[in-house]
Amino acid sequence: MAFEETAPELAQNVRSLGFDVEKLVAGGKLFIDHVQIEPSEIEETGDYDLEGLFLRLGSAIDTVGAKRVAIDTLETLFASFANERILRAELRRLFRWLKDRGVTAVITAERGDRTLTRHGLEEYVSDCVILLDHRISEQVATRRLRIVKYRGSSHGTNEYPFLIDDRGIEVLPITSARLDYEASRDRISTGVPSLDEMLGGEGIYRGSTVLVSGTAGTGKTSLAAQMVDAACRRGERCVYFAFEESSRQIIRNMRSIGIDLGAPMRKGLLRFDALRPTLMGLEAHLTNIYRAVRDFGPTLVVVDPISNLASSGGSALAEGMLARLIDFFKTRQITLLLTCLTRAGETIEGTEVAVSSVIDTWVLLRDIESSGERNRAIYVLKSRGMKHSNQIREFLLTDDGIRLRELYVGPEGFLTGSARLAQQAREETEEKTRREAISGRKRAMIRRKEDLEAELAAKRRAFEAETEELRRSIEEAERRADVLASDRDDMALERGSAVRRPGRVRPRARRLKVARRGVES
Amino acid sequence: MSAAKSERRDQAVSELWTLRLYVAGQTPRSLVALANLKQLCEQYLAKRYTIEVVDLVQNPQLARGDQILAIPTLVRKLPVPMRKIIGDLSDTDRVLVGLDLRPRS
Repeated sequence: MAFEETAPELAQNVRSLGFDVEKLVAGGKLFIDHVQIEPSEIEETGDYDLEGLFLRLGSAIDTVGAKRVAIDTLETLFASFANERILRAELRRLFRWLKDRGVTAVITAERGDRTLTRHGLEEYVSDCVILLDHRISEQVATRRLRIVKYRGSSHGTNEYPFLIDDRGIEVLPITSARLDYEASRDRISTGVPSLDEMLGGEGIYRGSTVLVSGTAGTGKTSLAAQMVDAACRRGERCVYFAFEESSRQIIRNMRSIGIDLGAPMRKGLLRFDALRPTLMGLEAHLTNIYRAVRDFGPTLVVVDPISNLASSGGSALAEGMLARLIDFFKTRQITLLLTCLTRAGETIEGTEVAVSSVIDTWVLLRDIESSGERNRAIYVLKSRGMKHSNQIREFLLTDDGIRLRELYVGPEGFLTGSARLAQQAREETEEKTRREAISGRKRAMIRRKEDLEAELAAKRRAFEAETEELRRSIEEAERRADVLASDRDDMALERGSAVRRPGRVRPRARRLKVARRGVES
Repeated sequence: MSAAKSERRDQAVSELWTLRLYVAGQTPRSLVALANLKQLCEQYLAKRYTIEVVDLVQNPQLARGDQILAIPTLVRKLPVPMRKIIGDLSDTDRVLVGLDLRPRS
């Protein structure tokens, strides 16, 4: 029952929301009764009621067997009839009557100055009150919706932004009040083997939220592109929401580091959605993201960067939006990669939008300035559920993708770029020198050993020679003693004074020998 | 009171009046309204009027034609312009004003 628009007007106006009213009417699904009241034509004379309205509604309900009734808007009634006492009584009766008819009624009313409704009655007689609001904050207009009351339900009490566009009304509340989404154990590669290695050796969890933050030009988009490339190579579908660059620009730029995003796009595995963040409010962006994801069914979604998106709404709004965004992907087990620009001067581990606590893996990219160079470094600030590396590594953009290098850590801190190369060269030289010194000493030691051994051998030879000499002289002496003894015996024999007693000579000689030996030793 | 408007009212008075009273069933209020109307017409429009009573309980779709919400509603179909008077017509002064039979004070 329309009080403000005629049926053709209504049909025309809601066509832009994607409703085909004429078709519904033709199909007997919808009946529109336009109520037109001209207060100037009406003279009130005594007691009356709104039975006519009831009868019209009743016949309209019967015509199509309606289950739902919309009355838009009650204000017109109040504007048309002067007797508020009757109106209030009749409204009360109307709500009762609609309930008795078993139809769900949607009744619109204007908001009062301080009260929920202008006449302070409607909210008490209805079962559910939904408050709609359109506010402008920081030049961005956002429609919001809040369920003020809903009898017999534990409804969400918060205010939620909503959107009206060509597919009707979209409300995107936090879908799951409880944090009970699935947690996949499946791990996926980031496309950079050495980064996977830093992330517990296997990469990130499927369905997790990854934040890549860093200052300008640290390679956030490149890292995102590398991940997308890796996912597409595995045959997975990806959606890339770009809020800074056009898709063509990203494809061109990524080609310079050997990543061809054009190929998966042609294969239908990758979809780019490049939009200006200021084009619409956060809510519209969120809806756009939801729809793209629902239509395309990706396993990986990149939002590059979220910081720009945040600028199209207030910070608090952005935070709420991101929470819902993350929630949306979490419940669907879609891996989400967010990039975030850290502005110069801000703490590097702070994000413009305070999302850091809700994300699972946070990869930080930063500049390291030293000896007239700026080099990129990467580290994993946090990664839930895995033993991630605590190292800072150098992040290189090469002709074929991203490479990570172990960072040189020396007495002067860590070195990157040419300083690292110079240091490496210096180290190599030092190492060589050291090695040469060592081998020199080794050689000297061997030489000394050889010398000593030669000396020892000479002494031994001398000693042996001496011993031999002595032995010989002893033998000579013994022989001489024997000869003397036998000469004496021979002489005695000759004289016949002595009997030859063999064996007595030898013990003497032996005794002599022993005595000599004792002297020697 | 302008001369033109006065003339028109005089003319209206001399014309044949077609009145339609919308009611919903034989409620006491409807009966009161009909009685008040008949009395009023006899007094001001003797023999120059026809009254048609439409019971919306029997023909609810007729309510749409004349955009009826309140019951009872008296509609002056002729003379033009159309006039609508709601209520049980107990306030005779206002009914006469509503029917252009008496100038607005």
